[in-house]
Amino acid sequence: MPAIDAAFLALPARELADAALQRATELGAEHADFRLERTRTAALSLRDAQLDSSTDSEDLGLAVRVVHHGTWGFAAGITRTVDAAIALAEQAVATAQLSRVLSSDPVHLAPEPSYAHVTWVSSYELDPFDVPEAERIGRLAELSQRLLAADGVDHVDASLTHVRENKFYADTAGTSTTQQRVRIHPEFTAVNVDRVAGSFSSLRTLAPPTGRGWEYLTGTGWDFDADITELPGLLLEHVKAPSVASGTYDLVIAPSNLWLTIHESIGHATELDRALGYEAAYAGTSFATLDKLDSLRYGSPVMNVTGDRTAEHGLATIGYDDEGVAAQSFDIVRDGILVGYQLNRQMAAAKQLGGGPPAGPGGAGGRSNGCAFADSAGHIPLQRMANVSLRPATAGPSTEELIGGVEHGIYVVGDRSWSIDMQRFNFQFTGQQFWRIEKGRLAGQLRDVAYQATTTDFWGSMEAVGGPQTYVLGGAMNCGKGQPGQIAAVSHGCPSALFRGVNVLNTKAEAGR
Amino acid sequence: MRPQDLVEHALNASTADGTIVILDEHTETNLRWAGNSLTTNGQMHSRSVTVISTYDGARGTSAGVVTRSITDSPAELTALVRDSEAAGRTGEPADDAAPLVENYAHDDDWDAPPAKTAVEVFADFAPKLGAAFGTWRRDGRDLYGFAEHQLTCTFLGTSTGLRRRFDQPSGRVEINGKSADHTRSAYVNQHTVDFADVDAAALTDHLDRRLDWAANHIDLPAGRYETLLPPSAVADLLIYAYWSAAARDAEEGRSVFSTRGIGQRLSPLPLRLYSDPAYPGLQCAPFQIATASSGGTASVFDNGLPTPATDWIADGTLVDLIRTRAWSAGTGATPRPAIGNLILDGGGWQGLDELIAGTDRGLLLTCLWYIREVDPQTLLLTGLTRDGVYLVENGRIAGAVNNFRFNESPIDLLGRASEAGRTERTLGREWSDYFTRTAMPALRVPDFNMSTVSAAN
Repeated sequence: MPAIDAAFLALPARELADAALQRATELGAEHADFRLERTRTAALSLRDAQLDSSTDSEDLGLAVRVVHHGTWGFAAGITRTVDAAIALAEQAVATAQLSRVLSSDPVHLAPEPSYAHVTWVSSYELDPFDVPEAERIGRLAELSQRLLAADGVDHVDASLTHVRENKFYADTAGTSTTQQRVRIHPEFTAVNVDRVAGSFSSLRTLAPPTGRGWEYLTGTGWDFDADITELPGLLLEHVKAPSVASGTYDLVIAPSNLWLTIHESIGHATELDRALGYEAAYAGTSFATLDKLDSLRYGSPVMNVTGDRTAEHGLATIGYDDEGVAAQSFDIVRDGILVGYQLNRQMAAAKQLGGGPPAGPGGAGGRSNGCAFADSAGHIPLQRMANVSLRPATAGPSTEELIGGVEHGIYVVGDRSWSIDMQRFNFQFTGQQFWRIEKGRLAGQLRDVAYQATTTDFWGSMEAVGGPQTYVLGGAMNCGKGQPGQIAAVSHGCPSALFRGVNVLNTKAEAGR
Repeated sequence: MRPQDLVEHALNASTADGTIVILDEHTETNLRWAGNSLTTNGQMHSRSVTVISTYDGARGTSAGVVTRSITDSPAELTALVRDSEAAGRTGEPADDAAPLVENYAHDDDWDAPPAKTAVEVFADFAPKLGAAFGTWRRDGRDLYGFAEHQLTCTFLGTSTGLRRRFDQPSGRVEINGKSADHTRSAYVNQHTVDFADVDAAALTDHLDRRLDWAANHIDLPAGRYETLLPPSAVADLLIYAYWSAAARDAEEGRSVFSTRGIGQRLSPLPLRLYSDPAYPGLQCAPFQIATASSGGTASVFDNGLPTPATDWIADGTLVDLIRTRAWSAGTGATPRPAIGNLILDGGGWQGLDELIAGTDRGLLLTCLWYIREVDPQTLLLTGLTRDGVYLVENGRIAGAVNNFRFNESPIDLLGRASEAGRTERTLGREWSDYFTRTAMPALRVPDFNMSTVSAAN
């Protein structure tokens, strides 16, 4: 297992935490937590195999959050001295005091066992920051040049983002955690330009971002060489493909597309803060309100969805969350019925969810399932998404067998455009590749396809899920939520799946062309 | 150390052929609430320093671009400079390389201390908001929202002797009001530089009026409707078009502006779309600040380049696109750096009330949401209406309509808009995290494509 970066361990985290937490306690805070966070991000982009941009940025800061007389207070800064940590504690309490006039519901936190001096590191082999930049650029350039050399490829965009995230957390209950996560996302897009027709088309590699290291680009977890070899031929066929006729189709959806539909229509919809209205003015609420727990038919009986922060290489995988809660796995949809939400400590206490003890004298009960996350020291932890995944069917069918069950339909591969309404009802997705299915067999590509549905109708139309052999962990590096805006990385695993009777649009017709 | 001294220290420590130092001193404070009660808040201070070290070689010029959070420690700064030099020295030649911008005369007050903000900026606003919570709670209705104030002081120094600084204040308030049963929802937002012009009572009165409009609910099917797009919705659509306006993409044949390029008439209306760093209330940096290069729309080599007011569309015709110096050098066109505000002016005088009064039958939107690109060829965008779609009949609001998913291209909309109202400062909903300085008119579109009904309310 890789070790936590020595430079991060050399920072005076415990000394600063002790000073800040002691000061907050002296000022009357009933709870205080301290975070020291360092996130280093590298972003490389190439256009036509030439370096377009290379940046290496690091955010390093500290934060104090308090519950003071039932009101939140938060302050963050950059100076790593004991005096500065104490000043942040005072600022956080002052912010709570000023805000009390606006607070009507006192904050309680669900209890959690304390974890003293624990460490956790994600599963990867080689931190990309330990690979010389020239080697990283060289690998992108090599694959870009192979694409550029192919017939029909006029331009190539390549990008690589990788992150190393270090977090130290301590709270007044005695928990202190030190963690390190690494994640990476390479992408290659081939572009065809038809100057005579005045048109252009593109296709992108399907590799998802993942909680791995540099080994991802050299054969572990994905075969980029095979992807690059295949892409030009797929692009040429895509360019010549007929435009889809809008109508109702059976869809077989590959994990490379379905992960995003899960993210938008299940992941966000089962965040309890959304269901309770905390995001009403921004990201929105959810149709899956708390009164529907254990009764809402979310989808067909073959639908089983879990949330977890434990899957190996998962982008939301951790040891402990940003409120000191240990990582867990939990059910969200079982046999098509809504049975759980993603929780943080405040939500779990407020609604007595997640198991745990009943409410005590302080009003706290329930147990968080570990879904608190802040993207930097400068931001307050929010309830953020676990790895929310659709389970495959034990001994379930292969993708080919799912396609074999379709008389007239479309096989959807890869994600592209996505949009969903503020209660997570109405969505529209496009993709990278669309294959016509005729009599159970693939019959060439289609283009200009978008599928549009209402969440419960869509998941209700899911007739079959594939077996474990079709399961892939997809995901995103940059899920946005909250005000001030925060980003989070999250994975979604799923098998291929068969949906009956989904509305398909022609995007050219939608544009009035 | 003062930020100015940190910049000088970094420049003095550098051994690169060329050096650019960008220091952002950032303070912010915020309040967030839901269901008439505070949910989160905060005061934050951060400082990031970007050092760009350039090296000239036989194959071209490379740039090491490294950003770190820096305290007052000179040792941290020196380490950052060394990291940047190492990245530049071993880096590949940059596609956007250009000589560093030479020094020139300007009237920035380089030595002034950085401006800051703190939670006290809400001293007048917070109690009034608290009073509104009480009123709405008594009425059984709910307020949700966010107030934020930021100050980013940017100090830019180069080895060519250029020293520029800009203090960018940026604030916003967004409030969503819901009826007791949450079947009616209204929204209002405002951009501000200091909260002195934010009137909490006026904003919640606006929500009252909109919720009253929604007392009568009318179901309408999907279809094409005459639609009044308010300034906020126009801003969100045109911001996306602005982000898509790279000359390089257009000239390489892979943008909506490849076939609808410079010199083409995009609208029959006399529309002017422009950016002006001196626009009142929407002031932004009058010089280029780029901590990363980006696909023909920004170049680190262009840091410090003046950004004069620029017309993108004039009299309905596309007249310019965003262009770095490096791309310009290859095409002979004038460099056109992106600017941090966007203004659309159609010469109209009518506000939204007058446009409503002049409508026989049509829809009035509040704002747009979850806007995403469907087809870059046409710049087809999809998204949702949100927090109030109203049916206008015979010049009056007849009631609230269900929400819709739309599929539309902002470029096509400019061509189909039949009327533009009075230009006013506005804040988009979708992109208000990223782009807050806009002034737009309302637009009347005779046939806006509402693709499907959304059950969200």
